[in-house]
Amino acid sequence: MERCRIVFSGSGGQGVITASIILAHAAVIFDNLEAVQSQSYGPEARGGATRSDVIISESQIYFPKVIQPNILISLTQEAYNKFAPIIRPGGILISDRRFVTTGRYVDAVQKSFPMFETVMADIGNPIVFNICMLGVLIELTKIVREESVIKTLENNIPKKFIDINKKALFLGIDLAKE
Amino acid sequence: MKRNVKFVQGNEACVEGALYAGLDFFAGYPITPSTEIAEHLSERLPIKGGKFIQMEDEIASMCAIIGASLTGKKVMTATSGPGFSLKQEALGYAIMAEIPCVIVNVQRGGPSTGNPTHVSQGDVNQARWGSHGDYAIVVMTASTIQDVFEVTIRAFNIAETYRTPVILLFDEIIGHMREKLILPEPGEIPLVERMRTSVKSGVDYHPYLPREDGRLPMSDFGGKHRYNVTGLFHDMWGFPSTKPEIVHGLLRHLNDKIINYAESICMYKEFELEDAEIIFISYGASARTVLHTVKNRRKAGEKVGFIELQTLWPFPYNIIRRKCANARHVIVVEMNMGQLTRTVKNAVEDHRKVFLMNRIDGLLITVSDIRNILRMLQGKGV
Repeated sequence: MERCRIVFSGSGGQGVITASIILAHAAVIFDNLEAVQSQSYGPEARGGATRSDVIISESQIYFPKVIQPNILISLTQEAYNKFAPIIRPGGILISDRRFVTTGRYVDAVQKSFPMFETVMADIGNPIVFNICMLGVLIELTKIVREESVIKTLENNIPKKFIDINKKALFLGIDLAKE
Repeated sequence: MKRNVKFVQGNEACVEGALYAGLDFFAGYPITPSTEIAEHLSERLPIKGGKFIQMEDEIASMCAIIGASLTGKKVMTATSGPGFSLKQEALGYAIMAEIPCVIVNVQRGGPSTGNPTHVSQGDVNQARWGSHGDYAIVVMTASTIQDVFEVTIRAFNIAETYRTPVILLFDEIIGHMREKLILPEPGEIPLVERMRTSVKSGVDYHPYLPREDGRLPMSDFGGKHRYNVTGLFHDMWGFPSTKPEIVHGLLRHLNDKIINYAESICMYKEFELEDAEIIFISYGASARTVLHTVKNRRKAGEKVGFIELQTLWPFPYNIIRRKCANARHVIVVEMNMGQLTRTVKNAVEDHRKVFLMNRIDGLLITVSDIRNILRMLQGKGV
């Protein structure tokens, strides 16, 4: 596996940081990979464009921040506008169709999915929007195994929310398959 | 899974280390970027029968751990920049009264309230010289989550061995970053427990009379023996004294007990030093950038090496002098205005070969920052 550098971006409260931690956790604990996760703190994380950096690799990771992501996830227009310019040429840019209008001049494979709409239509609760996004991400990139993410969810989420989280993950996986 | 593997922040790794070392008592006043230490201990410490107290401020927190340590407990507090400033007077008291304790400072930018959510290494000299008077102190740091865990345990061991406060100087990146932590089984890492006096109840106990090896056995305060503890210069009974020989002897003891053991206290890692023409010295988060660069540049055939310091004070003067003797350039990489660079200049034979490579804008030094400095020294231009 090549070293994978991911930037998760969105607005505070969408759960992008939580999703990034779940992914990195799954990689380390269940897939025996190395991972480092760090996030922006401070005013920009409380309402503005929030950001979480994850690096996943088979070998040791020293520099912990992402300068040029191979994979960028943007769940708001503000986050898209701010971070699209830093993506590595040819990288994958995942965005939500309802919240982001993608531009034409980004040198990346842009993938836009109706994640929010699907979650609202099939589950009706926006709190699992982030997990649907995670489903899309792991199906598209295969960075970690599906069952590792499921185990991480089971170990870290209160029991009564596990089912809707799993459902959201599968919705995301199905979206990416289409 | 055979081993107990976790994926945690540096601050949580510090908590795990403290609990592994046998922490009994924590008093603190939560402050970014150290808050998670108090947060996690407030949950974990009472479960194992310890005490967690959120005090009214940082001064009271420092005083509370001093008192608890005297009664025989392993203690810790955690703070950041402004809180660390407030603790300095009580820290001096702990040094004078020889109280084992661990103080964590997860650094933020400064002066004053500074830049709480961004990285800085601006308290390196404050950690050494922050309280008044002549003293020696142990200051340790780490650049990985596993190392945070391990140096935290070591800090408790050193505090008990030398009856001294030990400062853990982390930074915002290391405190907040998540990475793999492998928890060893209990007993895998040796622990130093409180050395208690064998003097029986009812027999005179001299709290400040060193044994032949220089160590001072303690008696749990409020227990078997009555004795005095003071911040004034004191005799073997712990009572204030201004006798020149007492003052002289105590001040020498406070410094010698650390400085004379510097070589065994000091921890560092070295990478690719053998034929290195350019040697980097760094610590904490910036050490990660240096290691990344050095590994890459070596692959390109450049003769670069790296010393990562895990103990900042007492400073390993002899080690640095020896290791850097044949280097053409020594570059100190730190996120401040050159606080350790001055010390490195004092350590090496020719101070003119020492350069500072820093960043003071709240961001981590990047690989290209360091590469540019390398190119300049190699005459290639940035």
